[in-house]
Amino acid sequence: METFKTEKVTQATDKLILGGHEFDSRFILGSGKYSLDLIQAAVEHAGAQIITLALRRANEGGNANILDYIPKNVTLLPNTSGARTAEEAVRIARLSREVGYGDFVKIEVIRDTKYLLPDNYETIKATEILAKEGFVVMPYMYPDLNVARDLAAAGAACVMPLGAPIGSNKGICTKDFIQILIDELDLPVIVDAGIGSPSQACQAMEMGASAVMANTAIATAGNVPMMAEAFKKAIEAGRTAYLSGLGRIITKGASASSPLTGFLKEQEMI
Amino acid sequence: MTIEVNGRSEQFSEEISLSGFVKAKGYDLTKIAVELNGAIIPKSQYACCVLKEQDTLEIVTFVGGG
Repeated sequence: METFKTEKVTQATDKLILGGHEFDSRFILGSGKYSLDLIQAAVEHAGAQIITLALRRANEGGNANILDYIPKNVTLLPNTSGARTAEEAVRIARLSREVGYGDFVKIEVIRDTKYLLPDNYETIKATEILAKEGFVVMPYMYPDLNVARDLAAAGAACVMPLGAPIGSNKGICTKDFIQILIDELDLPVIVDAGIGSPSQACQAMEMGASAVMANTAIATAGNVPMMAEAFKKAIEAGRTAYLSGLGRIITKGASASSPLTGFLKEQEMI
Repeated sequence: MTIEVNGRSEQFSEEISLSGFVKAKGYDLTKIAVELNGAIIPKSQYACCVLKEQDTLEIVTFVGGG
């Protein structure tokens, strides 16, 4: 009789590790495009331990600040949105660290304003500089194995390949190439951008992604906290399925699930 | 004295430190970072950093983003 090998990986030992920091949640939540008063509920329903932010010019006076709405135990992941070159990304990252909430940075270098595709070359350059300065570098990238290897060599803590253009909610259009990254890299692969529904997030996790990052799918949902919770459950389900190992697929014919003996009309063989 | 703050010109009649400026404008020190003429100024140096004519300040904070 087959026994379950639950000791191999249990939920207690299954951690996402980024730059030496351990996380139980594999859902990285974006904070763009929804109101401040929904942030806390979204984080709580998502069970997220990492939330992304952007850096922008500050307004004078005591305006409401997003930092007042994020639970204190959540790790902040500032992005370098707005950067068109490695140099600009480095500047934004250094300023973000100076605000005083840690060393994490999501590098985003984008020159293309129509599809918002990342500039892999500039991203490698920025990763190299910032990793040397002690940042936990999480680069957003177009899924290319050579680039991913260069990012790893440059000191990235993970890679964040896109599933589809930012904000599109189209799902994992780059599935086969993300699978190559998952199969070949030792670093965590976090699918970022394009994931529009919980089923797509679940798919990424079943493929073996280490985490999923989503923003627009939550922000444009009918009910932000409910969708955050749906993503949480889908990501957990996908992760558990991956750890279990998916059942095999047969390409032709069928394989009965019920026994093929003992039918009611069967003649007893004497 | 004229300095540029986040792309806008600002006039000051008296000498002012970066620390004095940040307080006068009501910025929350725990939520900003400051770049003076392209160089990041650590928070510990705001008090001794005196602003000069033609200085350029960038004062940034976090907002929602993905």
